Amino acid sequence: MEKGSLSGVELADALRARGFDFFTGVPCSLVASLIIALEPHGYVAETREDAALGLAAGAALAGRRPVVVMQNSGFGVSLNAIGSLQDIYALPCLLVITWRGYEGKDAPEHLVMGEAMPAILDAMHIPWRALGADAAAADADAQWARARLDEKAGPVALIVKPGVLA
Amino acid sequence: MTPVAERPTTCDAIAAVLPELGGHARVCANGFISRWVCALGDDEANFYMIGSMGLASSIGLGIAAAQPGVPVAVIDGDGNVLMNLGSLAMTAVLAPAKFRHVVLDNGVYASTGNQPAISASVKLEEIARAAGYRQVARVGRLAEIAPALRAQLAVDGPTLLLVETQPESGPPAPRIPYTPPEMTARVSRAVARLAAAAGKGAS
Repeated sequence: MEKGSLSGVELADALRARGFDFFTGVPCSLVASLIIALEPHGYVAETREDAALGLAAGAALAGRRPVVVMQNSGFGVSLNAIGSLQDIYALPCLLVITWRGYEGKDAPEHLVMGEAMPAILDAMHIPWRALGADAAAADADAQWARARLDEKAGPVALIVKPGVLA
Repeated sequence: MTPVAERPTTCDAIAAVLPELGGHARVCANGFISRWVCALGDDEANFYMIGSMGLASSIGLGIAAAQPGVPVAVIDGDGNVLMNLGSLAMTAVLAPAKFRHVVLDNGVYASTGNQPAISASVKLEEIARAAGYRQVARVGRLAEIAPALRAQLAVDGPTLLLVETQPESGPPAPRIPYTPPEMTARVSRAVARLAAAAGKGAS
C-alpha cells in the first residue's frame, strides 16, 4: 500500500506533546510505524480492541490520558465498550483508527466497515477527524483531540487513511 | 467440585471476600456482582461496571499497569471471564505483582435469568495457570474463601481465586445508586489516594 510523508515517530511525538501518556491497541499495517514509535513509551499489545478499551479505561481511572490504536475492523469489535464504558463513564480515550476499505478500494472483508464507519462514528456522537498527512497537521490534530477531551471526557477519534503514515 | 447445595451464594461469597481486600482498588463485574458489592461494602475504591461485559479484568489491569504500586482486585464472574479469555493471557504477560483476580463461578448468567454458562465444564483457573498467573486456587465452601485469599495475598500476583457459588434464590441486591460519571470521580480519587499511600510506603 502507498506510504505517506508523516512518520510514526512524528505522530507519536505529537500525541505525547499534547499529554497522551498511555498507549495500547491491536495492529494494522497502516499504523505499523506508529506502533514501533510507541513501543519505547510502554505500548501494550492487547489481544482484542475492546480489551484495549478496558485497559485504557483503567489507565484513565488512574489519571492517564490513553490512546488506543486499531484497525476499523476492531472499531466494530469495540462499539459496546465505547458506548457502555468510555462514553457513559466520561473516560478520556483517543482512538486512532485506520480507514481500511477507504473509497471501496481494499480487500472484500474491509468494504462494509470502510463505507459505514463515518456514519457509525457520527451515530455514536464520537468527535472525529481524518489525520493530516504531515507533522504540522498531525500536531494540530493531536491538539484538537486534546481540546475535545478537555471539553468533554469520553471517546474521540483520529482516522488514518491509507497513504498518510510512512 | 463442591455439590451445588453446599456452595455459598454470590452474596455470601462477596461478604467473605470483601474484608480481605481492604486497601485495594476493586473492579466489579457487571450484573449482580457489582450490585452485591455495592450493597454489602460500598466504597469509593469500588468501580461498578454496569456495561461492557467481559472487561472488568481489563479495567483492573489498566489501573495496575498505570499505577503499579496500587493493589487491584477484580471481582469477576464466570460469564465475564469466558467473554474475555484473552485478558487472562494479557494479565499473565503484564504480571502486576499486586493484582488479585477473584472469579465467582455460579455456572449461570444470573442477571438475565440463570441461563447456563459453560463454566461447569471448563476450569477457568487452569486456563489462568496455563497463561502464567503466579498462583491459582479453587474453593467451593464458604469457610475456605478467606484462608485461600489470604494465602494468595501473601505472594506476588497475579493470582486467581475461583470460588464456586450457587445462584441466588432470594431477591437481588438493589441497582447501583450512582451515575457512571459519579463512579468515575469516586474511583479516580480513591486510586490517587492509594497511589499516594503506595508512594509513601515505598520511600
